[in-house]
Amino acid sequence: MTDPTASKRDDMRLLKPVVSTVLGWASLVAVVVLALFGLWGAPPDEVQSDAQRLMYIHVPAAWIAYLAFGVTALGSALWLWPRTRSSVWDRVAGASAEIGVIFTALTLILGSLWGRPVWGVWWAWDARLVTTAVLFFLYLGYLALRRIPTSPESRAKRCSIAALIAFVDVPIVHFSVNWWRTLHQQGTVFNEQLDAKIHGVMAFTLWFGVLAFTLLYVYLLDRRYRLLALDEDREDREVELAIAERVAAERPVGNVSSAPVGGSAQ
Amino acid sequence: MNLWREVKLVAGKDLRIEARSKVTLQQIVPFGMIVLLLFAFALDPDRGILRRVAPGLFWVTVLLAALLAVSRSFGIEADNGARDGLRLSGLDGPALFLGKAAALAIELLALEVVLTLVVVLVYGIHLNTWLPLTLATIAATIGVAATGTLYGVLAAGLRVRETLVPVLLLPVVAPVLLGATRAWEAAIDGIPSDAWPWVGLLGVFALLFTAIGMLAFGPLLEEA
Repeated sequence: MTDPTASKRDDMRLLKPVVSTVLGWASLVAVVVLALFGLWGAPPDEVQSDAQRLMYIHVPAAWIAYLAFGVTALGSALWLWPRTRSSVWDRVAGASAEIGVIFTALTLILGSLWGRPVWGVWWAWDARLVTTAVLFFLYLGYLALRRIPTSPESRAKRCSIAALIAFVDVPIVHFSVNWWRTLHQQGTVFNEQLDAKIHGVMAFTLWFGVLAFTLLYVYLLDRRYRLLALDEDREDREVELAIAERVAAERPVGNVSSAPVGGSAQ
Repeated sequence: MNLWREVKLVAGKDLRIEARSKVTLQQIVPFGMIVLLLFAFALDPDRGILRRVAPGLFWVTVLLAALLAVSRSFGIEADNGARDGLRLSGLDGPALFLGKAAALAIELLALEVVLTLVVVLVYGIHLNTWLPLTLATIAATIGVAATGTLYGVLAAGLRVRETLVPVLLLPVVAPVLLGATRAWEAAIDGIPSDAWPWVGLLGVFALLFTAIGMLAFGPLLEEA
């Protein structure tokens, strides 16, 4: 059974509006500062020259992708746990997965833009690349599942189980792909030493990028949460309205429900 | 009723339906054979190429056929209120899951035996080391059957079931494809020591998803 609609009104927001606004501006400023540091502040890399500057957004994007999927798993687990069951966690899981998929896509695109000048190829069958690609498709499927119209309760149950399955699968994918690549060929294109030690301004820029993207993540999470909550609220209102209209229009006529009987489909 | 009897009851039901309708035998097995034939058309029918990539083609074919088998396994529950029957049967979630997964695994194993014959005869490969090959195949099949049953019930009752299951299932079983293919390659090359780590991985995958399926099947069936 669904929750009483009255309780839905107090979980329409994740953060207070003023916190959200401040966070939005803070992440905008942080991203601009990151761009300045990434493009001009940090010196060009000795080996990779300017291509290396992509790392200042590639690495934070990858971090956000993992963070987002972690939050999705956590939200799903909290929804499944009877004591903490609340539509808040379902929306957090859904909103976080959306951001995670976007940032995984960004990680892959930025990585391949970087790979072209440095490795000479857009794509290499490196363990980390393959794992990230599988990760992208795992959660793309999860988002497809979320889009299917059912009751919020039913969707939350299916989606939280699907999210946990995906989360459990990630280490297995990572492990198997790692084995596969190391058993068969040593990294011919990918060289661990390429991203060796970094110092000073470069390290600062990278860490600042992680901070800026984390701020951006929290801001986006709050915005997507709000949109999901408003969307559900709108659906509820539309259903109520439709029922009211139907009742007003067809009061004297009894409602006949028809149960379709299908033959066996082979 | 103990778990084992319940599992046999559910698996027996599915296998009896298969014995009478012969959908796996007459539709899914021929589908797999055609796919293997099409692979030979697409690649140069030079036996060298086919022999090298045979394990990968075999397992991709099995996964594609498994999608149909999963669809069929939950298609039979969709009509005539069969799902309500399952819900009202008084059988527990774990028993229902194990029963349906076991029936699916048995059908897939039968399919794999036929497709193995095709691969051996038409692609011209030699299977040298039987033990790791057989164990890898069984573990991979249990893994696919468990995840397939899990996603089958997850998508049951949704109008987009047929298109949703592949997009959810295929990324999850990516490690199975990898593991089973490598194990087969090692077996064909006659290097069983290369196959054993993959057999272990496939075993872990099968156990893990069997456990998850036993936990999740009951709650998911309620929503279907």
